This record gives sequence, structure tokens and C-alpha cells, in this order.
Amino acid sequence: MEFLVCISKTPDTTAKIAFDAGLTKFVEEGVSFILNPYDEWYALVRAVELKEKLGGKVSVVHVGEAGSDQMIRKALAIGADQAFRIDCKPKDSYDVAQQIAEFCKGKSFELIFLGKETIDHNGSEVGAMLAGLLDLPFVSYCNKLEVEADKINVSREVEGGVELSTVSMPCVVSAAKGLAEQRIPNMKGIMESKNKPLEVLSPVNTEATIVLEQFELPPAKTGAKMIAPDDIDGLVNVLKNDLKLF
Amino acid sequence: MILVYIESQNGKIKKSSLEAISFGQQLKTLTGLELGLLASQTTDTAVLADMNVRSLAEQQLDSQDPVTVAQFIAAAFNECGASHLVLSGNSLGKAVAGVIAAKLKAALLSGVKEVLQHNGKICFKKSVFSGKANAIYSIPGSKAVISIMPNSVAIVRGGATQIEKKNLNIALTGGKYKINSLDLQSGKTPLTEAEVVVSAGRGMKDPSNWGMIEELADLLGATTACSRPVADIGWRPHHEHVGQTGIAIRPNVYIAIGISGAIQHLAGVNSSRKIIVINKDPEAPFFKAADYGVVGDLFDVVPKLNAAIKKSKSENS
Ligand SMILES: Cc1cc2nc3c(=O)[nH]c(=O)nc-3n(C[C@H](O)[C@H](O)[C@H](O)COP(=O)(O)OP(=O)(O)OC[C@H]3O[C@@H](n4cnc5c(N)ncnc54)[C@H](O)[C@@H]3O)c2cc1C
Repeated sequence: MEFLVCISKTPDTTAKIAFDAGLTKFVEEGVSFILNPYDEWYALVRAVELKEKLGGKVSVVHVGEAGSDQMIRKALAIGADQAFRIDCKPKDSYDVAQQIAEFCKGKSFELIFLGKETIDHNGSEVGAMLAGLLDLPFVSYCNKLEVEADKINVSREVEGGVELSTVSMPCVVSAAKGLAEQRIPNMKGIMESKNKPLEVLSPVNTEATIVLEQFELPPAKTGAKMIAPDDIDGLVNVLKNDLKLF
Repeated sequence: MILVYIESQNGKIKKSSLEAISFGQQLKTLTGLELGLLASQTTDTAVLADMNVRSLAEQQLDSQDPVTVAQFIAAAFNECGASHLVLSGNSLGKAVAGVIAAKLKAALLSGVKEVLQHNGKICFKKSVFSGKANAIYSIPGSKAVISIMPNSVAIVRGGATQIEKKNLNIALTGGKYKINSLDLQSGKTPLTEAEVVVSAGRGMKDPSNWGMIEELADLLGATTACSRPVADIGWRPHHEHVGQTGIAIRPNVYIAIGISGAIQHLAGVNSSRKIIVINKDPEAPFFKAADYGVVGDLFDVVPKLNAAIKKSKSENS
């Protein structure tokens, strides 16, 4: 089977979030970037597991500049066979989806994976847009997936419950917790990744569909109002009168 | 025209859809555009009587799977001559908003919390960097799909109107996505929609101690949640896990008990309107994000709190 995993780069979970004076640019200096955890832990690992079971090939694609190559090598070390980087700084998630949709044309990926969201923009947008552009079914927030002939059986968490569905391939799947377990690349994987192909492709022309006007930091909390542990009445008063919980 | 897609469950319009309508009304005020509703099932409009809506286009679809629903909404958008689509950013919204935007070649903004006038433009605010910042965007084009972050828009009533229903008859292909079962836990408000959440972490020591957490949640009409390690070791079910790798929530009140407040935990809960922290360690990082704090032993504080709430409730009744 032909698997594609779309991977993106995000600031490390613990990164300090700061902006320039005009509040329009995220300050990247001093921030370490990582492979987006949902792409890595769940999407990529599930694709690699399925390849190990069913045979085939796992390709990864990333839309971004050369600074991302080290992160792409990590995906190869985890078990992807080949990588493609579409060489541009994406304007927005629509741009990313368009670049990947263009890349997919003429290829025959049966399962396209990505993480449920990136931990910087938290949009959950690219997968859905990619599915829309390629006219493929989209499974979002998938937490279990098994292949059965030309279909997949999937589970996804929805508000207050679980949905079990059968979806035709080819399709696009966004991966949530549960789909796979994180894999730490081993020495052999790291050595092999150095010789796996990473092809750099030119982007297609696109236009930005949204414009960032400004970032803003939420107002800092002014300090918690402390209630003594033996002042249970004080705590009840907060719940009842300040917060009107009962 | 602004088209607001609404969903019903057990014959009732969902709260998240009422939020989407209220957001649509704000957008209507700012843009002067008309507003209409869209539904993919026959809808009981009784609760909309005072929400100042005049039209609802509906069609009972054979399947409510996200592929069919996305196809339906995109076609209805064109048929109604809409420019803006507003829908909840709940699990259905996440599954369809991007698909629809791509089909319509419309801009997409997902998880929006607010519409506002900024630099003379109509702009949309959403949280980014897992709740650590907000971003304000404008849309240069004429078409947009906007999904609303659940629990972030107040439901506004007022303005009694008669709703005119129109039946759509859109031909759909379907068949690629078949829902085999939808297993909903009855009775409980889902975490993403809960207004009050009582959450507990490793400080609980043992899963058998959760009775007091469930009791407090029951007393407050709250939904229970937990930190990641607690779900990972199987003390609590995975669907309760909130945070960076679990679900992100923004209830009105989040009560954290025996949770240290690691940055990855905060990422999923720091948009809560009010946070109460009960922890025995005065240095626990959670206190920095809290509105109210109790430094104390949860095994002492929580049972006493439950008893006091019960007493207070019985005195009132
Ligand atoms: C990439 C990544 C992603 C992660 N994602 C998540 C996520 O989504 N959600 C998440 O929650 N975590 C996540 N984590 C883990 C996170 O870093 C913390 O380890 C975790 O949140 C800690 O859980 P805890 O607060 O329950 O436990 P602990 O850190 O062990 O804290 C227990 C707390 O209980 C208090 N306590 C103990 N006994 C008592 C008592 N008797 N009375 C009162 N207080 C008491 C202690 O003072 C302490 O503060 C992630 C980590 C990484 C690296």
C-alpha cells in the first residue's frame, strides 16, 4: 500500500511564546522546533505499523524551508521510506493543503495521514482542506484504524461518545491519541535515515486567504485569591455566590 | 448572506449551534448581511422563537456522516447564495469545515472565539499556541467558513420572530463513509460542552479515591476530567484526559484537584473562565494560572467541601 504522512514543524511544547513589538510576528529566536507530536506519535507511527503489516511504502511530505530538513530526517528515522519537501514558507493552512494536493496529483496514495492538529495553530484545518481539494473522504480525530480490503474501519471520539465507521480508500485521516504509540527512533533507523531520499520540490503559486492582523497575549492572571484550607465556608461561598454554581 | 449550520440531538437543537447562531448575529450586526439557518435534518425550531432568526433551509439527509454533510452544506451554501458559513467547531465542525472551505474556495478560520472590528476591518479572534496566545485575522476574500470554539460565545436571546422554513432538495452521492455505530454515554454532558469541570490528578493516589471527585461533580452538575498520567495508568478513562495531548476545554469553571499544573496540562484548560486549584504544595505551578487557590490536603478539603455544599443546599431548599 502507498501511505503518505503530512508532517509539520511546531515550537516545542514548553516554548516560551513571545511576539515582536508590532505583535505581528512570533519570535523564533531561542525557540526549539519539533516535529508536531500528533504527526509524529500517531499519524506517522500508524502508517509505519501498517506498512510493516501489509507491505508498501511510507512517504512523508512537508511544506517548508530547508530549516526543516533535520526534522524530516527524524521522520525517516522513525520508519518513513522517502521524503518530499515543498520548498516555501506557507502563507496559511489553505496554502499547505493546496501544495500537498498538487503534490498528490498523479500519485496513488491510498491512505493519507496527518495529526489532528498542530500544537501552534491548533486549527485542525489542513487535513480537511486536503480531502476537500482531492475530493476524498476525511476521517477526523481518528483513534483506531484497521485496513480491510479497500476500506478502513475507524473509530473516532465525538462529543460524549465514540463513532465507529467504515470508510472507502483512498481517504485522508487525521490522527488523535490512541491511534498508535510513540516510537523513539533507534540507532539503525537514524543511520538509515541519512541515506533515504529527501526530494525538494518547487511550490505552486497560491494566494493567502487569511491575513494575520495581530497577536495578543492573554492578560496575565493577577494572582489567585487564596482560601485557607480550614475555611470551608469561604470556599462554599466562592462556589455559591461568586461563581453561582448552585 | 450569513448561513449558520445547526445540529440537533434527540430532537433538540444543540447548545453549540445556539452559540453559532449568536455568533452569526454579531457578524450580521457588523456586516449588515442577512442571516439564515441551515440544517441537515428536520428541526424543531421552538427554542429559536426569540433568537431573531427568520429563515431555515433544511433537508432530511439519509446519512449524517461527515462526508455527506460536507457535500450538503457546500451545495446549500451555493444554492442560498451565501458568503459566510458559520458552524460549531465541535467534532462535526472539525470534520467538515475545511472540506467545505476547499470545495467553495473560501477562506477558513477554525476555532474562532470572537468577531470584532480591528484596524477598520472585520476580524476574527482565535486562540493559538495551545491557549498561550490569541491571534486576530482578517479575510481579504469574499467567502469564508468560520467555525466557533465551543463554549466561547454567549447565547443571546431577544427578538421574537416567525421562522420561515424552506425545504432543500439537493442530490447527494454519499456512500463513501458509513457510520456503523454511535455510542453516546447517556446523561453526562460531554467535556467540551461542560460549563463546570471537576478534574483530578496523580495527587489522588489511587483510583478507589475518586468517589469524592464524582460526588463533588454531581453536586455542582459538573463533568469529570483528569490529567494525563492518571489516564495513562488506567485510573481513569482516556476520554477524561485533558491537556495538550488530550482534549482542550474552556468551561466557565475548572476545578483542579491534586494536579500540579504542568504546561502541557495547562495547554488544554487555560482558557477556562475561572480556575480553582486545590493542592497541598504551595509551589505547584497551577496556582499561577488560578483565580482561586486552596493550599491543603485534598483528602481533608474535598470531603469537607462536599459535606458543606450538601448542607448549604439543604438549607436553601
Ligand atoms: C509532550 C507532552 C505532552 C503532555 N500532555 C499532557 C496532557 O495533555 N495532559 C496532562 O495532564 N499532562 C500532559 N503531560 C504530562 C505533564 O507534563 C505532567 O506530567 C502531568 O500533567 C502531571 O500530572 P499530575 O498533575 O496529575 O501529576 P503530578 O505532576 O504528579 O502532580 C500531582 C500533584 O498533586 C499534588 N498532591 C499530591 N498529594 C496531594 C494531596 N493529598 N492533596 C493535595 N494535593 C496533592 C502534588 O502537590 C502535585 O502538585 C504531557 C507531557 C509531555 C512531555
